Amino acid sequence: MTLTHPQESRSSPPQARPGHELRVEKPLMLDCGVALAPFTIAYQTYGKLNQDRSNAILMCHALTGDQYAAEPHPITGKAGWWTTIIGPGKVLDTDRYFLICVNVLGGCMGSSGPAETDPATGKPWGLSFPVITIADMVRAEKLVIEHLGIETLFCVIGGSMGGMQVLQWAATHPELVFSAVPIAAAARHSAQNIAFHEVGRQAIMADPEWCAGNYLEQGRKPERGLAVARMAAHITYLSEQALHRKFGRSLQNRKAVTYGFDADFQVESYLRHQGIAFVDRFDANSYLYITRAMDYFDLAAEYEGVLANAFRNSPTRFCLISFTSDWLFPTSESRELVQALNAAAANVSFVEIETDKGHDAFLLDEPEFFATLRGFIEGCARHRGLATE
Amino acid sequence: MTLNGSSGGLRGDLGHVADMIGPKSRVLDIGCGDGALLAHLAAEKQVDGRGIELSQAGVNACVRHGLSVIQGDADRDLADYPSAAFDYAVLSQTLQATRNPRLVVEELVRIGKRAIVSFPNFGHWRIRAHLSLRGRMPMTHLLAIPWYETPNIHLCTIRDFVALCDEAGIRIERSVTLDGAGRPFSFNPTGHLANLFAELGVFMLSRR
Repeated sequence: MTLTHPQESRSSPPQARPGHELRVEKPLMLDCGVALAPFTIAYQTYGKLNQDRSNAILMCHALTGDQYAAEPHPITGKAGWWTTIIGPGKVLDTDRYFLICVNVLGGCMGSSGPAETDPATGKPWGLSFPVITIADMVRAEKLVIEHLGIETLFCVIGGSMGGMQVLQWAATHPELVFSAVPIAAAARHSAQNIAFHEVGRQAIMADPEWCAGNYLEQGRKPERGLAVARMAAHITYLSEQALHRKFGRSLQNRKAVTYGFDADFQVESYLRHQGIAFVDRFDANSYLYITRAMDYFDLAAEYEGVLANAFRNSPTRFCLISFTSDWLFPTSESRELVQALNAAAANVSFVEIETDKGHDAFLLDEPEFFATLRGFIEGCARHRGLATE
Repeated sequence: MTLNGSSGGLRGDLGHVADMIGPKSRVLDIGCGDGALLAHLAAEKQVDGRGIELSQAGVNACVRHGLSVIQGDADRDLADYPSAAFDYAVLSQTLQATRNPRLVVEELVRIGKRAIVSFPNFGHWRIRAHLSLRGRMPMTHLLAIPWYETPNIHLCTIRDFVALCDEAGIRIERSVTLDGAGRPFSFNPTGHLANLFAELGVFMLSRR
């Protein structure tokens, strides 16, 4: 699971947290106008970089993901979020590819964000951390790629917010991205999605423990608010059919309803568990910042309102994947991207996978999804000269 | 949306379609099915190919085999493409299943510097005989689905197609007509004999 790093002194010594950290002194110009410096980017890698550094795959994580894509989570001990497809012989084959996953800027697993210490004050950043965007996340990821001495990424892949980063990468640095796989993604966050995020943020900010964002300094934690935000969001990751299949109206460890407000139903108990488990590993302010970054994402707006202009003359090979029961990032969003890519005469494949698992399907065991992904990556590997001997 | 035809290697007409395509060109195959033509062109002619296919199973099969294919159809999705984006736009045995064949053919010669269209000839003597003698909707090995289920809603004869090209200002650059086994006839592909004896027509078109 380790690799030989290109020698660079900026890498900090091994941390308590697994993985690597890149300390950056040079200011990073953010979309909001702030020049961030110094700051830290935490990342994890799997597999080995080959001689000509042509086998690197950047995996972009989703809103509540992190760089631990293929190993037990250092806090929860749960399996990495993409262990289904990462490993020897798997779709993202660690015997053949060098996989990189960067904790997004504003995140809470080692990269600079509101939960980290502001070097200027010695106190947690809190709400004084600058508001970041998807493009800022990509800027930070690019620093890691440069640090690793990688000139071209064989593939940039990710689902949901990860897919937004993939699109941003392909639009901003087409020459650096050989292939791009935005999964269950969209070129902009819809009004409905912004609305759901706002509910989550309001839940956090309504928690008295939030303390106007200063909870870390005051030794408190808005656990209830963050848990409610997670519960609301979690519903949007599933589908009506999946919820019905999993829980129906089944009761939780009881034979009859209690005529009270306990978690009578299994679905309630499940959501409460999701909420409580989440607060152990995630920072409430990070949740505010990252949801905001997604809300602000509107790729076409950066290109005179014409999405196709984001992909003019792109040499990148695209594969878009959506899921039939995903109502958060529905197929229509992927289709709009496909239309824009076609209008730009880009090389694009698009597959809609039949499933009842909703938006979360990209994290789950979906054989048709895996087969598509494997075929696309294999095809790209042949074109890139990375085919197996 | 492809029809049943001869098996073994490329389907009957596809070999003739492939023969018309120059090496290292950019090709859009509309109704590409499981990607047989695109895979053949990529392997034999180093073609940069793309596909559009209506059936999800077909699209998934193509992408699994490393082909660049999207789900869509000829009636809806051709408008997205810029003009002259491809050297060849191919529509094999799909024209008769489109809602607006004229518009589709016009789009093909806009998107492709050349278009290659193949279709079953409804003027074939066996089809004429079937209808006139039996009084039932013709069913042949190329048109094997009964009238109430068939996706083939806009059937035409070779001479109908030639007339459409004429009306739409489309030049026929090359043409070949085939028998049921995919063997070419030697007589004039746009004449009355071809219209009576050919089961399939393959036409290379461009804008006049």
